[in-house]
Amino acid sequence: MDSDDREAAQRVHGGDGSDTTVPGHPDDADLIEAVLRHTPPDRAPQPTDTRVDAPAGVAEDRGGHVDRGIDIGPGPDIDQGTGRAVGELTGATVSYLPVATRSVGGDEPLDDPRRSDVDEWGRSEHMRSLTRKLYDPIYRHWFRVEWEGLGKIPTTGGALLIANHAGAIPSDAPAIMHGVETELGRPVYGLADYLFRSIPVVGTLWSRNGGVPAHPDNAYRILHDQQQLALVFPEGTKATSKTYSDRYRLRRFGRGGFVEIAMRAGVPIIPIAVVGAEESMPIVFRIPSVAKALGLPYFPVTANSLLLGPLGYVTYFPSKFKFRVLDPITFDVEPGSDRYSRSRVMDEAERIRATMQDALHDMLRERRSVWFG
Amino acid sequence: MAQALEAKPDVDMILGLGTKEPKVPLERTEFVRSDQKYSILNRIVRATQVDTIVHTFLETNSSAVPSRVLHEINVIGTLNLLAAAGASGASVRKVIVKSSTHVYGAAEQDPAWFREEDTRTGPVRTRLERSLLEVESLVRDFAEDNPQRDVTVLRFANVLGTDIITPISFNLRKRVLPYIAGFDPLVQFVEEDDVVRALEFVTANRVPGVFNVAGEGKLPWSEVAAFGGANLLPLSPVRPRTFAAPLERLGLIRFPPEMEGLARYGRGVDTSKLREAGFAYRYSSAGAVLSFARANNLRRATGTAAPEYRYEQDVEQFFRHSPAVVRGVDP
Repeated sequence: MDSDDREAAQRVHGGDGSDTTVPGHPDDADLIEAVLRHTPPDRAPQPTDTRVDAPAGVAEDRGGHVDRGIDIGPGPDIDQGTGRAVGELTGATVSYLPVATRSVGGDEPLDDPRRSDVDEWGRSEHMRSLTRKLYDPIYRHWFRVEWEGLGKIPTTGGALLIANHAGAIPSDAPAIMHGVETELGRPVYGLADYLFRSIPVVGTLWSRNGGVPAHPDNAYRILHDQQQLALVFPEGTKATSKTYSDRYRLRRFGRGGFVEIAMRAGVPIIPIAVVGAEESMPIVFRIPSVAKALGLPYFPVTANSLLLGPLGYVTYFPSKFKFRVLDPITFDVEPGSDRYSRSRVMDEAERIRATMQDALHDMLRERRSVWFG
Repeated sequence: MAQALEAKPDVDMILGLGTKEPKVPLERTEFVRSDQKYSILNRIVRATQVDTIVHTFLETNSSAVPSRVLHEINVIGTLNLLAAAGASGASVRKVIVKSSTHVYGAAEQDPAWFREEDTRTGPVRTRLERSLLEVESLVRDFAEDNPQRDVTVLRFANVLGTDIITPISFNLRKRVLPYIAGFDPLVQFVEEDDVVRALEFVTANRVPGVFNVAGEGKLPWSEVAAFGGANLLPLSPVRPRTFAAPLERLGLIRFPPEMEGLARYGRGVDTSKLREAGFAYRYSSAGAVLSFARANNLRRATGTAAPEYRYEQDVEQFFRHSPAVVRGVDP
């Protein structure tokens, strides 16, 4: 069976490199069969890999799309020079997107012949697992992240994770996403500002790693329709542009939009108190004129950049990260409504903010050292 | 579309109006050649008392025609069509308009999936989008003024399929797909057959309103190139058209202004409204691209995707109307 597939793969790939052989497929049915059956023997998933990824059983009970998570090896490399997929045809991870399932009039929907595992938000589990492998040493040995209460984050169903935000170029977002994805094996979508969409290379990388622009419709779809985890920082750029002297003082949580999103989607809010990110890239002062010139929300001069120069903008201090997951907050309101009582929303937002501030103070009281916890 | 309608026994009469002759064999469709503005439509409607008008000639490829002509075809043509349909005492009960998701635009602040009631997030930047928006507002006014007539607007995503020629298909056929360096957005497609089936569906059933029509799922721009066997041609992220324009003039690529937004941000539309109305798609977005790629392979290998058909007016008239032809015998 395997040799048949490899033969099929070679036939289609056109070993002689002839021009007329496009890496297309001789037959839809052959392709689907070949892709689904093939497990490259030299790339069997390692035990450590499966721990990282979502258990296969989770995929079935969700109504919408879910990243399969089972890594059967890298997807086909797109040779940028020729734009053609090289490598084994069947190395692609298949994304089990549900195709039109309602069949009216007897027309059968045809299968979805995707070649890469980029999902509808732009997230690629393949790229994500690569990023996790690269980021893991930073996570474990540089920031030495410690979680408390990770069990409060559900393993099925949607939830809105919120956290306090810090660091000129935030270091907490990747750490939180890495931690949740590694420990719980679930994908996390990080909702962030729209401006990432317009940045050339970084924007695409951000999207492939689970970055999603923070539009309320997007949040609703992720949380309610797809029942996935979404991470949002209610303070926004107000928090990351704080100078060091304002550290750990939570800014106003916007207009409570995140509460409304959670209410509408009918998912719980799970606050995460983050200690350590403030000290990883502390802002000493800001230069507004440069920010305006570059079109950035703010231009920070950080302690890192004062010590290391331009390298300081990509290097973080090794402060110890501690994440405490607080109790999930559910709302007894009707989900899916168009608007919710503004005063109720703001009340809840303020209450959550107070809870998080208390938790932060509590953790800071216990902390003996910035660098060692 | 006409072929599909011919297969339906409850459709009495099919009349095709166009500037170019039909390219597929048709058995009982009458064809009348018209000018770009379809000014003859009024007379035809009165003469034939049709009850359904399917408006399919909106031009969505701004590189195919010069911009003034684009405006004429889209706006003036639609005006004529709506005037013919709305004339008092007209028999028209149903108007179906084949519009495009270009009306949503593609900007930084867009939601990932546009619903039918969502508005644009940014100002209109291209002529094509401006003309399409004007057309849609004319159609909206018509629907309001004529509550007794069913008006359906179908907004189709990028179409790909075996025969249709679009800017993207042109690029893929030439094996060069321009992209904006550093961007790899997600785009949606709808397959040609699904386009016809959707039009068929709304013609046969009463579904007034605006609907998005697109295949399930999105795929990255680079994957579209991979499917089509095309190389990716990087364009500068700042003002990509300055580099693309000379290549376009040489006829090597097509990069109309509306493609820039698509190549930078992509676009997705939510298709649940039409699904809930009962329509079932056969192809997903990736399926549409694959179907195009397969037809393209065949074309590259053998020269044509299907046997050519030439429409000849007198021959058709002879076979259909001449008393010399014996009915009931297979030709």
